[in-house]
Amino acid sequence: MPDKRIELSDAVASIESGMTIGIGGWGSRRKPMAIVRELLRSDVKDLTVVSLGGPDVGLLVAAGKVRKLIYGFVTLDSIPLDPLFTAARERGELELQEYDEGMFVTGLRAAANRLSFLPTLAGIGSDVLAANPHLKTIKSPYSDDEYVAVPAITMDVALIHANRSDTAGNIQFLGPDPYFDDLYAMAATRTFVSTEKIVPTENLLDEGSFHTLMLSRMYVTGVIETPKGAHFTTCEPDYGRDELFQKHYAASAKDPAAWEAFTAQFLTGDEAAFQAAVERFHAEQEKSLV
Amino acid sequence: MSNDVTIAEICVAACSDIYRESGELLAHAVGIVPTIGARLAKLTHSPDIILSDGEAFMMSEPPALGKSAAHGGTIEGWAPFSRIFDIVATGRRQSIMGASQIDQYGNQNISLIGDWKKPKRQLIGVRGAPGNTANHRVDYWIARHGARLFVESVDMVSGVGNDRAKAAGLKHHHLGVIITNLAVLGYDESGRIKVLSVHPGVDPQEVTDNTGFPLEASKAPETRIPSDEELRLIREVIDPRAARNREVPIPQPVG
Repeated sequence: MPDKRIELSDAVASIESGMTIGIGGWGSRRKPMAIVRELLRSDVKDLTVVSLGGPDVGLLVAAGKVRKLIYGFVTLDSIPLDPLFTAARERGELELQEYDEGMFVTGLRAAANRLSFLPTLAGIGSDVLAANPHLKTIKSPYSDDEYVAVPAITMDVALIHANRSDTAGNIQFLGPDPYFDDLYAMAATRTFVSTEKIVPTENLLDEGSFHTLMLSRMYVTGVIETPKGAHFTTCEPDYGRDELFQKHYAASAKDPAAWEAFTAQFLTGDEAAFQAAVERFHAEQEKSLV
Repeated sequence: MSNDVTIAEICVAACSDIYRESGELLAHAVGIVPTIGARLAKLTHSPDIILSDGEAFMMSEPPALGKSAAHGGTIEGWAPFSRIFDIVATGRRQSIMGASQIDQYGNQNISLIGDWKKPKRQLIGVRGAPGNTANHRVDYWIARHGARLFVESVDMVSGVGNDRAKAAGLKHHHLGVIITNLAVLGYDESGRIKVLSVHPGVDPQEVTDNTGFPLEASKAPETRIPSDEELRLIREVIDPRAARNREVPIPQPVG
């Protein structure tokens, strides 16, 4: 089997300005945050970002990386709104395709099936159609029903964070929800997967049943071992959301001076520097509680 | 009858009544009062409804309020998000959703306030509201009934109202009721919102005054008060920490 291990920096270096990238996970859950942070460090811009969004969207938008956003929502889950995203939205600076969640998934399925569109009832009668003038409806050839013809959401690169992988890119999701990460990979030309841990293939079933092997290496371009690579979002069962840090992120994001300080403290160094800064953050929080 | 029933408890019982005819389907409930209402329904008149932990699991015994399956309860099925959209499409689900705006035909907005291109306030986005309203029954829970919420016209139709559903020919569209901290609302034959009942202790004029379109409330009956058994289940079994009373603005006793 091929060895698809790749460095974080090399994976991101292959992403070019103007590309369409899909980001797996859901809200503030199992987002490939280490890859997102590496994108922040890069000089890539003008991206079209496809996401059921969380802080991945807020961070990329605030860093000026995003030209266009295709999304179902942007939320931090335990905090309803991401202040970086809402601020950019209220400045009117983003090109947008806001879909109903089910429509978004329908678009992913169309791309994964190599169809130009798939029909769905979701969106009919709502203002999603008015807000997305590119969307067309289609009459059923068999009844008088009308459906939204959701265009395929194809992407150049999909970015995913998983619990485990082998060196060949057989991907394992150990948590309660695989979200739509398999669909992203099937809808994309290339897929990079960051993982908590790379394990030998024969150990893949040590921690979960065969049902957890939902993404085959045939869809995976490269795997990157990044422990805590989803931080501060969830990566069940390896770790939950770092709520304290997320609160700090959201509070900082509301105020330009605080955001500058946050950026200086956490987002100027490499991934190892980020993880070290998070440890210092928690040590200081604990001290202030004593 | 208990004489210290709160508005929140009346709303919980009203939410529970939503499920009387549901049978075996997934009860999706957003908010504390609707969540308690669904659990109350399962423990009383609608034992067959299917609860979830708000994450990926269907629960025959739900975990403590606000907790996921990882913290207890009994799992009876697995429904990660990809399965949820499949379930929505089969129609075997009901939702009690919130709203930032609702118009007189029940068009609901949770997406943004102001103009689509440059909103005054970006909210959470349309989320699943268009698909939910196209596929299965949807009810709304409004903890603060006000004229800025019940408006002439919503800024972005997320959940589809009766007028638009009829025009678009949505066959599975079904708006149930709207439960607010003042009243229970339904829809008349033309699809417009009407008052079904006003909560005990609430002046009907308050309902009219706090609605941004004409709404007659003076002839409506009083909303039912939960039974002693329902109150016991709410207070001792489902919500012993009284989270319900934090979601409703003034939890005054109503008699």
